[in-house]
Amino acid sequence: MAVTAQALGASAMDPTRTGGDDRALASLFKAYTVSATFWLVFGTAVGLLLAFKFGAPDFWAEKYLTFGRLRPIHTNDVFYGWASIALVGCAYYVTVRSCGTQLYSILLARIGLWLFNIAAIAGTIALDLGYNWGDLEYREWPWPIRLVFLAALVVTVWNLLATIARRESKDIYLSNWYIVGGFLWTCVICVVAILPWYQKGLGQVAISGYFMHNAVGMWFTPLALGLFYYAIPKVLNRPIYSYALGVLAFWTNLVFYPMLGGHHFLFSPLPWWLQTTAIICSVGMLVPVLGGGANYLLTMRGRYHGRIESYPLAFLFVGVICYVFGSMQGTVEALRSMQAIWHFSDFTVGHSHFTMYGFVTFAAWGGIYALLPLATGKRPGSLGMSVHFWLALTGVAIYVIALSIGGTVQGLDWVHDKPFIQSVIDMKPYYLWRGVGGILMFLSHLVFVWNVWRMTAGKSGDAPSPIMESEEAAA
Amino acid sequence: MKKAMWAIFGGALLLYVVIVMAIAVGPAIDLAQTPPGPGVKPLTPLQAEGRQVFASNGCDYCHTEQVRPLPEDKVFGRPSAPGDFAYVTPEMLGSERTGPDLTNVGNAKPSDVWQYIHLYDPRAVEPASIMPNFKFLFRVVDKVPAGDTAVPVPPAFAPKHGYVIPTQKAKALVAYLLSLKQAPIPGYRMNGGMGGPTSAAAPAASAPATSASAGGYVFDAAKGKSLFEANCSACHQSTGEGIPTAFPPLVGNPAVEADDPTLQIETILHGAHGKVISGKRYSGTMTAFASQLNDTDIANIANYERSSWGNHAKHVTPAEVAAERAKGN
Repeated sequence: MAVTAQALGASAMDPTRTGGDDRALASLFKAYTVSATFWLVFGTAVGLLLAFKFGAPDFWAEKYLTFGRLRPIHTNDVFYGWASIALVGCAYYVTVRSCGTQLYSILLARIGLWLFNIAAIAGTIALDLGYNWGDLEYREWPWPIRLVFLAALVVTVWNLLATIARRESKDIYLSNWYIVGGFLWTCVICVVAILPWYQKGLGQVAISGYFMHNAVGMWFTPLALGLFYYAIPKVLNRPIYSYALGVLAFWTNLVFYPMLGGHHFLFSPLPWWLQTTAIICSVGMLVPVLGGGANYLLTMRGRYHGRIESYPLAFLFVGVICYVFGSMQGTVEALRSMQAIWHFSDFTVGHSHFTMYGFVTFAAWGGIYALLPLATGKRPGSLGMSVHFWLALTGVAIYVIALSIGGTVQGLDWVHDKPFIQSVIDMKPYYLWRGVGGILMFLSHLVFVWNVWRMTAGKSGDAPSPIMESEEAAA
Repeated sequence: MKKAMWAIFGGALLLYVVIVMAIAVGPAIDLAQTPPGPGVKPLTPLQAEGRQVFASNGCDYCHTEQVRPLPEDKVFGRPSAPGDFAYVTPEMLGSERTGPDLTNVGNAKPSDVWQYIHLYDPRAVEPASIMPNFKFLFRVVDKVPAGDTAVPVPPAFAPKHGYVIPTQKAKALVAYLLSLKQAPIPGYRMNGGMGGPTSAAAPAASAPATSASAGGYVFDAAKGKSLFEANCSACHQSTGEGIPTAFPPLVGNPAVEADDPTLQIETILHGAHGKVISGKRYSGTMTAFASQLNDTDIANIANYERSSWGNHAKHVTPAEVAAERAKGN
């Protein structure tokens, strides 16, 4: 515990502290959040249009609006535009504050933001014009554009490492392990995914399986977990429950996660041992997931009454819950007997929204609501936060439940050898409910835009400080 | 201070690189050298251009190109073998089946006419389809240019004036789709599901050959309907009306209504192309089902056709199908 308190630092805990660097850091955090918010709205507007097309396939079926071109635009923009930029913005704030120092270079951070945005804009245009590198999920962007994204990662991790090197305390706070680890691993992922020599035929299938899940679990997961380790203790005004448990989760995540990508190709012609390894590691993921999840929940213990009064904590809480249950769902899905029903069905789409939305996106929102007001000194309104929270939560719940039931029905239709079209017909009501969930989610994003406006440029709102009173004061 | 930093981050990076080499790059180097299986050929330039159209428009977000060694995947062909993918770059295995698998679509839907009508408006051949139309791959012209053929889109789905002509991209795409045919590997099929594919010969019971004993056959109308929907209605339509000039109607079709089922069974077993029926010429190509359906299935389909949409013809037996099958093509 001593480590934690020391690493967080008394000065870092003081939201009223000001200085030249603080203003620069705040404007940086603002710029990243505003950029990310744009991509959230754009990427999910495309997503909503896609959901609509399931019921009206002839609607806007022109070349540049055809389903197959918009689908990767949706996934890539919410990945690399929204979630990446939002979490990187938070990461800058977390690293600088937990190291109790100043950022190494504001200029590098601004260059990084430009590079992230250039990659997302160029990627969107390329995909819409039909230039892609095959329909290889999450790496459809032509390779020069993915090189720009890699450059953004390199610039950012250089900046973060240089900042950590000038920290005041001896220890490196756990958040920074996850954040810097995420950047270093993702640099490796990008290089492996770009190099062409071994990406022929089945060789490329092996890389697809690896990339698909590592780009998620070795990038978004560590960034979001690193944010949890800083934001949850910060909001609760108490140290993390167990530093050691966090360290255990870090190393076990590193061992198990990279190997589980093959579970996207169960029953494919990939070597059977590769598939079996993936299944074993999917089960092994229970260790870091349950260890990490328990750590966050035990940190929150006894303070659940405060969850509703504190919306930043509520967002973080949903993020933690979806991390635990979404990951456990992933483990169950990876078993061969379950894959025989759920693979290729919309259950998988439900799972990806459970995790990328329920976990990663709620984590990013929780981080922004908890930390951005500390940086800018401006708060959103309580009503705005509560409308955002409940719309998004209801929306994603409807979305995930609809596709989980629908995907199961779809999979059972196939198992029962019904004509294929029967599975399409049976999905119709679930596609409709998915659209309903999607509308609520999208509306919540518009409310989020308003809240971001109040935290950055607009008039400060009436929400209480994101930092709750300490237990002593509360008691 | 520096030491701790390098230990944590350097260690985490190094460990990750080692794992990635072992689990991704190493296997990929090995797998990239998988030799093509027997009969697996590279694409022609036109087919390769079609694959580009396929990828550009994101077709494989809804269509996989991999058949798993699971009973439910049997409908799409034999389980995919490593050698099938030697020339498939970028890989097209896909992750979702909003639409059916396409590994064998060149065998299942061998008619370019069907492919064009379906791309122009999927609802014209499959009313419940939710696939987007690809009208942007076609032109509508007043006069059919020399060397081109108009697509016989059913009147309800055709433009009010003019003829529908496929663009070069549509021709390439259809050439690619028709190239998707599994090369046969004798004896290669599933070994019961969870254990993966095997090249060991499977028991005769699962082979699509003569299996039913002729004596105990009773026409199963529900089975017949479901087999018809799965295999036949894409072209002949669930109304049995077919598509004018492309696919003949089965309603009042002389082969279906004749007491002698030879022509009907023969057509189902061995397919057909460019037939003239009741004075009308049909441009479509029909699949040969001999290797895909057993005698009882074919008898059920034939009898469903013989007893639906106002048809009332004498029923056939699996034994008659078996006799026809024995004659060969």
